Amino acid sequence: MNKNLFEYLLRLGDDSLIIGHRLSEWCGHGPILEEDIAMTNMALDFIGQATTIFEYAAKVENTGRDADALAFLRYEREYRNVLLVEQPNEDFAVTMVRQFLFDAFRKPLYEALQNSSDTQIAAIAEKSLKETKYHLKHSSEWVIRLGDGTEESHEKAQYAVDTLWRYTDELFFENEVDAALQAENVIPSLIPIREEWQKTVTDVLTEATLSIPQNGWKQQGGRTGLHSEHLGYILAELQYMQRAYPGMKW
Amino acid sequence: MVSELQIWQWLEEVSDPEIPVLTVVDLGVVRSVKTNGDQVKIVITPTYSGCPAMQVIEEDIKQVLKFKGIDQVEVELVLSPAWTTDWISEKGRIKLKEYGIAPPADEVDKSVLFADPPVIECPLCHSTDTRMISQFGSTACKAHYQCNSCLEPFDYFKCLK
Repeated sequence: MNKNLFEYLLRLGDDSLIIGHRLSEWCGHGPILEEDIAMTNMALDFIGQATTIFEYAAKVENTGRDADALAFLRYEREYRNVLLVEQPNEDFAVTMVRQFLFDAFRKPLYEALQNSSDTQIAAIAEKSLKETKYHLKHSSEWVIRLGDGTEESHEKAQYAVDTLWRYTDELFFENEVDAALQAENVIPSLIPIREEWQKTVTDVLTEATLSIPQNGWKQQGGRTGLHSEHLGYILAELQYMQRAYPGMKW
Repeated sequence: MVSELQIWQWLEEVSDPEIPVLTVVDLGVVRSVKTNGDQVKIVITPTYSGCPAMQVIEEDIKQVLKFKGIDQVEVELVLSPAWTTDWISEKGRIKLKEYGIAPPADEVDKSVLFADPPVIECPLCHSTDTRMISQFGSTACKAHYQCNSCLEPFDYFKCLK
């Protein structure tokens, strides 16, 4: 098994799964019907992406674990998602800012991964990029509307940016896994991706009249399995059926 | 032994579970059909990553072909090249419209923020005085519109390129 490839696929898949789960929590609770539908539509895209990524990861691992086992039967410390995606929804502003910060990262990442020397990763990226463009447009427009909206919406959006900013550094986490895969042209360097992220974020937040936090404390841990307390609660819900009724199927 | 052409014709009997007026061939999700003796291999591609219809489509294909006497059917799901609404057939576009869903129009680049949504003709009264209610509709592939002339809401099969 290619351990580095498997590890990287878990990062991609777990980011999609967990942010998809967070969006799905809005089902039936959206501030307006159209947003309720939009957020569950996006949740479906992310969980669909996670499925494809986990199916490939299961093939790479080749130990008999399938995509469902990877999604539902790992322990907290085995999840590789960034801390950003597991942060609670709180209100609509926090959810949309979190989404924006993530989409602005995912778009250039998928663009670059389309050129991966691994044909399956390239195919997943090509497919997912089309959906990601929609997501980024949607979240960017909301961040601008909220930031440049009423006094209250501005305040809430600024609170969201200030609260979530400390988790953005981790999007660009790299270690020996990346170095090995970069050497084989499986994945790109995150340096140009960070530049593009920075530009998108600066443009949109400026347009939204939101101030960009100055560099302060940055939190990391998710990529190495050290999560915030929130992931445990997510997993308790996500894994409930498989833990209570092992092997159950729809 | 059965011809590939015959299989394509039979696949016209498999409809999309969410938009039953379209066949899987109209929708452009069937990418290739290969036969080898009694074995048939069909390659399909999803419309959206999370499209819940794909599993049903796979089973429906197998079932229809089994009914035609073909037991050895392999259905493979491939992601690349990624599906685009350009693959919806001309016949499919007409059927969509008759069914009350506006077919995909050429849209501007998705990266333009707050871009005017495309002008979509109401499939019911054919007025072009319509407005987008939401970019996201009843399924991942549709947006939600309303006609300002007849006031009816309708689905628009959004452009994906």
